[in-house]
Amino acid sequence: MRSILRIGWLRGGIEIKQFVRQRESVVFTLLFPVMLLFIFGSVFKDKIAPGVTFSQYFVAGMIASGLVNTGFQQLAITIPMERDFGTLKRLRGTPMSPISYFIGKVIVVTVSMLVQVALLLAFGTLLFGLNLPASAALWLRFIWLVVLGSICSTILGIAFSSVPKSGRGASAVVSPIVIVLQFFSGVFFLFSSLPKWMQDFASFFPLRWLTLGMRSVFLPDSFATKETGHSWQTNTTVLVLLAWIVVGTVVSARTFKWSDR
Amino acid sequence: MSAAIEVKGLRKVYPDKKNGDKIAVDGIDLRVELGEIFAILGPNGAGKTTTVEILEGYRDRDSGEVQVLGVDPGNLENQDLTWRNRIGIVLQSTEDAADLTVAETVHHFSYYYTNPKDADQVIAAVGLADKRNAKIRTLSGGQRRRLDVALGIIGSPEILFLDEPTTGFDPEARRAFWELILQLQNEGTTILLTTHYLDEAEALANRVAVINNGKIIEVSTPGNLGGRNNAKARISWIEDGVRQEIFTDNPTLEVSKLATKFAGEIPELTVTRPTLEEIYLSMINVEAN
Repeated sequence: MRSILRIGWLRGGIEIKQFVRQRESVVFTLLFPVMLLFIFGSVFKDKIAPGVTFSQYFVAGMIASGLVNTGFQQLAITIPMERDFGTLKRLRGTPMSPISYFIGKVIVVTVSMLVQVALLLAFGTLLFGLNLPASAALWLRFIWLVVLGSICSTILGIAFSSVPKSGRGASAVVSPIVIVLQFFSGVFFLFSSLPKWMQDFASFFPLRWLTLGMRSVFLPDSFATKETGHSWQTNTTVLVLLAWIVVGTVVSARTFKWSDR
Repeated sequence: MSAAIEVKGLRKVYPDKKNGDKIAVDGIDLRVELGEIFAILGPNGAGKTTTVEILEGYRDRDSGEVQVLGVDPGNLENQDLTWRNRIGIVLQSTEDAADLTVAETVHHFSYYYTNPKDADQVIAAVGLADKRNAKIRTLSGGQRRRLDVALGIIGSPEILFLDEPTTGFDPEARRAFWELILQLQNEGTTILLTTHYLDEAEALANRVAVINNGKIIEVSTPGNLGGRNNAKARISWIEDGVRQEIFTDNPTLEVSKLATKFAGEIPELTVTRPTLEEIYLSMINVEAN
């Protein structure tokens, strides 16, 4: 049997080709967050703390959101479409290992995620006063946040892919969830200014912790006192992300379907 | 001789609390020999696709024994991928990978198999050579179907499953497809085909099974199905401006009598045997009543 890894690598190439040839995926997954960055970053330029503008706060949150867009949103929409179109059923009828299929998905998520983060970092620093991490320790934190956040986002996207009843309806189910979570998690508004119930609700989900983590990388340390917990709560962030990775893996393994019947 | 496919007492029920359970497959026995082209005929909802999907390992069954290439497709365990390496599947309709080209898709699928055919040869064999760099979304329905067939045969399968493969083909493409299937048989491939087209079954199949309401009505060669080989020939001609017809076991004798009677040309003479389609429709109708 051909190597599972080699076929996974080849599937990654096929997935990327399909991704870049679909205008809607390029626009919605990659460009939409950049557009939001321009709109919100241009409108809300007020200082929210000494040395911190809302634009900086917002860009940090958008980078966290970017991980949700390229992982969760992309997979939770495209996998149901592939199920509807019979792509998954056809693949299941070949000697391709399911592991290779998921390797391909991880590759396309990784590539689009790297492009997304690079775009947001570039525009954030050039136009909206985002400061790149100042120390090696902060860069390291940024990297593990991206890695852990992407893994979590990818696995939850695969887990959620069994929820939409049809490929056509998938984006109508998935996009509102992402947008609501973005609002509740303090991407568009200061998290500390949101109603308590909204904060409590958002705290169950990874995005709220990813945005907090990204702020701990991109905002001055002094800003931690303005957060709801009066600190960056790095340990809680790691625990919540790990917990969702476990939940997502168990749910995926139990519910993933190769055809709709 | 060992069989390519062996099925005994296959049963599949789809639970339905509202309308009562639907018995899709109700005790089917089948044996397909290695190297054979075997066609399953039956109306929509007869249980054809359910049966084939159980054989392909897509569906669970409720009871019965199934062996495909000596492996139980309902219990593949660790043999899953090695078994799938030996079979080829052409599903009913698919509309996937629309943004890839024909060549990209066929080449990519060839990497899944340990003994693939040459991708460019397969593309040419299904008649898509001039479309090899076309995006799949630009193909016509018939061209897409031929791509489906290309992906089914790329792995040099020992058994090829074809579920209504020529739906949407024009007559010329259908003939070309039949040539391709017969060539695969010459190379030793066993083929299980479901079809609505009686002419297709007649042109390709060594044996046909007629299924209705989840049961097999008859398994036979296309020529012998429903006693077709013993059916009386119908002789028809015009006499005194009126069409006459007789049914006989001795058409040659009757025709020579007529030739003597008319002293030469018999007006508008036809001698026919029932077509496979007529036999099939009578079998399905008898079953329905």
